[in-house]
Amino acid sequence: MIDAQNVYKTFITPDKRKVEALVDFTLHIDRGEVVVIIGPSGSGKSTFLRCINRLEEIDKGKITVDGQDLHAPKANINKIREEIGMVFQHFNLFPHKTVMENVTLAQEVVRRRSKKEAAEIAEALLKKVGILDKKDVYPSQLSGGQQQRVAIARALAMQPKVMLFDEATSALDPEMIGEVLDVMKTLAREGMTMVVVTHEMGFAREVADRVIFMDAGRVVETGTPEHFFTNPEHERTKLFLSQIL
Amino acid sequence: MKFTRRSAITVVVLFVVSYLFYYFFMRKGITYSWHWYDVPKYLFYYGKRFTDEPAPSWHMGALMLGLVLTLKISVVSIIFAIIIGLIVGIARLSDEPITKFISSCYVELIRGTPLLVQIYIIYFFIGTMLRLSAFAAGAAALSIFEGAYVGEIVRAGIQSIHKGQMEAARSLGMSYSQAMRHIILPQALKRIIPPLAGQFISLIKDSSLVSVIALADLTFRAQQAVAQSLNAFEIYFTAAGLYLVMTFTLSMVTQYVERRMAVSD
Ligand SMILES: Nc1ncnc2c1ncn2[C@@H]1O[C@H](COP(=O)(O)OP(=O)(O)OP(=O)(O)O)[C@@H](O)[C@H]1O
Ligand SMILES: [Mg+2]
Repeated sequence: MIDAQNVYKTFITPDKRKVEALVDFTLHIDRGEVVVIIGPSGSGKSTFLRCINRLEEIDKGKITVDGQDLHAPKANINKIREEIGMVFQHFNLFPHKTVMENVTLAQEVVRRRSKKEAAEIAEALLKKVGILDKKDVYPSQLSGGQQQRVAIARALAMQPKVMLFDEATSALDPEMIGEVLDVMKTLAREGMTMVVVTHEMGFAREVADRVIFMDAGRVVETGTPEHFFTNPEHERTKLFLSQIL
Repeated sequence: MKFTRRSAITVVVLFVVSYLFYYFFMRKGITYSWHWYDVPKYLFYYGKRFTDEPAPSWHMGALMLGLVLTLKISVVSIIFAIIIGLIVGIARLSDEPITKFISSCYVELIRGTPLLVQIYIIYFFIGTMLRLSAFAAGAAALSIFEGAYVGEIVRAGIQSIHKGQMEAARSLGMSYSQAMRHIILPQALKRIIPPLAGQFISLIKDSSLVSVIALADLTFRAQQAVAQSLNAFEIYFTAAGLYLVMTFTLSMVTQYVERRMAVSD
């Protein structure tokens, strides 16, 4: 489903330093697979997710999503992005739109669905994430957990083939993390292809098919959750896990 | 309404101003005999506009005619200034170096030269070449001038919207222009209403400069009325009052719009 081959990405910081965020990064993710990416801060996790839908341009290498090369000369990035849902750490809901409008807007504008059809799909999804009763309020009136569930519904409304989660629960108060993780677990069980960057090891243990440990822009170790939590191989992985577990 | 520090300052200012008035007109012995009764006919009058008109009736006086023209040229210029400002504001944020360069040059050029000079250039040079009427030349000069300022306001407004908004919109498959139209501009608009209102108030006042190309706006008519009646104070105070009515109305309207748009906060 997602195929990244020998991807390089270097940032130039405002003070002209070079930061190698991805170095010869190769990863293949199958359809229906739930992959959890862990790693220390600055290891390139977000950068990789953002390269998958071309929010960042890569310097070298190749990324294909569902067989489509992101950087082919004829690639229509808007079309490709329709198939890739993304959930951000800070939700990024549209504050001037109601919950309902947040979920229907892209359906109407991008998928060209009728108002009625978009509303039906939105209502079903808002019900699924347990927030249908708030459909007419503005995001600022919701708690963090509620906002993030709306953001997930907004992404799902495009009926994407892949969902990317970038620390979807990191900005939440502890008592709200569970409600968002529950939604993500349901999605995983339904067979959605998911790439999840998270510090929630419970989630990784419960639903991940594969865990990837990244450091300094590279994949250091990859394996089942079981492998990771019982006998990780690399010293770097052991150190990281001992710090967060 | 609460008595704030600002109202305290207002009271002090009013006090000082009225004292200065008193000082110069009374104590210093400048004798000025007021002829306020002469003013109303410059607003409305009952009579014949031309000697061969069949019957007398009510007509707008010179100041009212000037007010109408000032309103007209201001409304036209505000509309074009918004269009120019939107284009320039977005162009200045473009990734395309040429677009960015041209729009930056426009802003610097217009902001770096006086409006009065621009009006002369547009009227005498471009206006003559293109056979523009004085009104068209005046409106063009005002639109181009204010458009540069509106462009800067629009640019700052767009930049003030968190970049996560654009990313969220794009990640849903929206194109750049769809994201601009549905997500960024509506949010930016809400933030730029106060500075935009300030700019349009400036525009109404700046429009008085078009009187130099013999456009019969409020200022021009006031000058004529003074030349005719010699009641400079009364006429200019009245003209100032009329400008104030326009700017104050605009101010009130924007406050109303701002309150209406605050619902999603
Ligand atoms: N826009 C940018 N400009 C400059 N440097 C950047 C930019 N984005 C990321 N970086 C740098 O690239 C490296 C990888 O960043 P990235 O955000 O991918 O890390 P991460 O693994 O997601 O970390 P975190 O857990 O803190 O979110 C970091 O050193 C970061 O400082
Ligand atoms: Mg990150």
